[in-house]
Amino acid sequence: MSESEERVRDEGYDDFLDAVAEGEGFYLECPEGHGWLPPRRVCPECGATDLEEVPLPESGAVETFTTVHVASPEFVEDTPYVTAVADFGAVRLTGQIWDVEPDAVEVGLEVTPDVGETETAGERVLMFRPY
Amino acid sequence: MSHPRVSGVGLTHFGKHPERTGRDLFAEASERALEDAGVDRATIEQLNYGNFMGALSEHQGHQGPLMAEAAGIPDAPATRYESACASSGVAVREAVKDVRNGEADVVLVGGAERMNNLGTAGTTEALAIAADDLYEVRAGMTFPAAYALMAKAYFDQYGGSREELAEIAVKNHDNALDNEYAQYQKPISVEEALDAPMIAEPLGLFDACPITDGASAAVLVSDEYAETHDLDAPVALTGTGQGGDKMALQDRNYLARTPAAERAAEEAYADAGIGPQDVSVAEVHDCFTIAEVLALEALDFYAPGEAIGAAARGETTRDGDRPINLSGGLKAKGHPVGATGTSQVVEMTRLLRGDHPNSDAVGGEVGVVHNAGGTVASTTVHVLEVRT
Repeated sequence: MSESEERVRDEGYDDFLDAVAEGEGFYLECPEGHGWLPPRRVCPECGATDLEEVPLPESGAVETFTTVHVASPEFVEDTPYVTAVADFGAVRLTGQIWDVEPDAVEVGLEVTPDVGETETAGERVLMFRPY
Repeated sequence: MSHPRVSGVGLTHFGKHPERTGRDLFAEASERALEDAGVDRATIEQLNYGNFMGALSEHQGHQGPLMAEAAGIPDAPATRYESACASSGVAVREAVKDVRNGEADVVLVGGAERMNNLGTAGTTEALAIAADDLYEVRAGMTFPAAYALMAKAYFDQYGGSREELAEIAVKNHDNALDNEYAQYQKPISVEEALDAPMIAEPLGLFDACPITDGASAAVLVSDEYAETHDLDAPVALTGTGQGGDKMALQDRNYLARTPAAERAAEEAYADAGIGPQDVSVAEVHDCFTIAEVLALEALDFYAPGEAIGAAARGETTRDGDRPINLSGGLKAKGHPVGATGTSQVVEMTRLLRGDHPNSDAVGGEVGVVHNAGGTVASTTVHVLEVRT
């Protein structure tokens, strides 16, 4: 995507990335304590509609991960990269693990979220660093 | 309640046919199904058609009427169903409902997908749109990566090994050897599977289904229609179920179980008045080897954590107690995404009525087909039974 054709923002998602980049990550929580990422108007677990922004914990634990060798064109030059799902309590995040050798990643690794830029497309990407 | 009969089935060869258009593929499959059904084309009342990525691979939307025209029924109401890899499973389910409700007596169902014209990278990108774009695809999650995350979570929770997954690939390749429609009619070994290049760890190339072009079709008729027209249609669709789940893995309650398929299976079993113990054969959605494991547990053939070794133990091979994917499955027969759900119905019909090369391995009269969309955010399950 050329600079003149900058991606139109996705409300909620891009607001979330902005906040994570500032070190002020958040998620949306319903009164029952179910957590979600924006945009979200209804809790799909219990149907509550009064969702509140709550600060994201500074760190989470890797729950599952994979090293990707075959990527889509948007990520070809980023391979191999590690994509992980990490548990932040009420909410899980999906991101790439940076600053760790793929072989050194393990379930339970404590990580902190940040926003990086992909090598191939120069797009923003949610990523984790060791905490 | 009257159960629809499968009066005719048809497939194209599943394989690498990058230059063949979707409309040509579906025309061939539907022609075969009509011939097999012995019904007049003019009696078809509607087309239920499944397709996933035709807007990307062929720049073609509005495929319902296009495919009806290709099948020679341009005036028939025709609708394209899209539910990722479960697209034509959903198309079948809606047809079953219409026949049961008396809305229609003769329905053409099917699906088609053209994929190889996009190449590997293009197909990887196109398939990824079945995942959550904002929170999965933009983090670099491909489809193999999504199933790799589930496989890793499964290994972590229940145990399991790459060798056990390889045994599933070996089994499904063996099953496809005599299937003329299959993309791969060649055996592989566990060693070859383990030595193949990694796609997304722990899944290697031989854990994944190939990129496939192909089409499938079936003619469903009401019981009454089959009787009054003296059709030879011994296989009936006696149960249908569909389940859903949250789209992104990160938002699911389970990473190593597939509740959407569990719900679909429960509904289909109850609908048919059977239980898992009554099922003698199944075609399940093995887009990756780990997906077969998750399917067998969702269908309640095994408790969670128990199906990983089923192929290695010989329980699901053609000589086992309950053979799984006698067609070769998505793994060896191929996975033209939008065609897969109906192709499972086609293969199960042939297996049960006795004209499939692997029919001799079927030890009963009840079969189940399981078709999953995305990382199993949508699933259909159908029960097929011989009813003479």
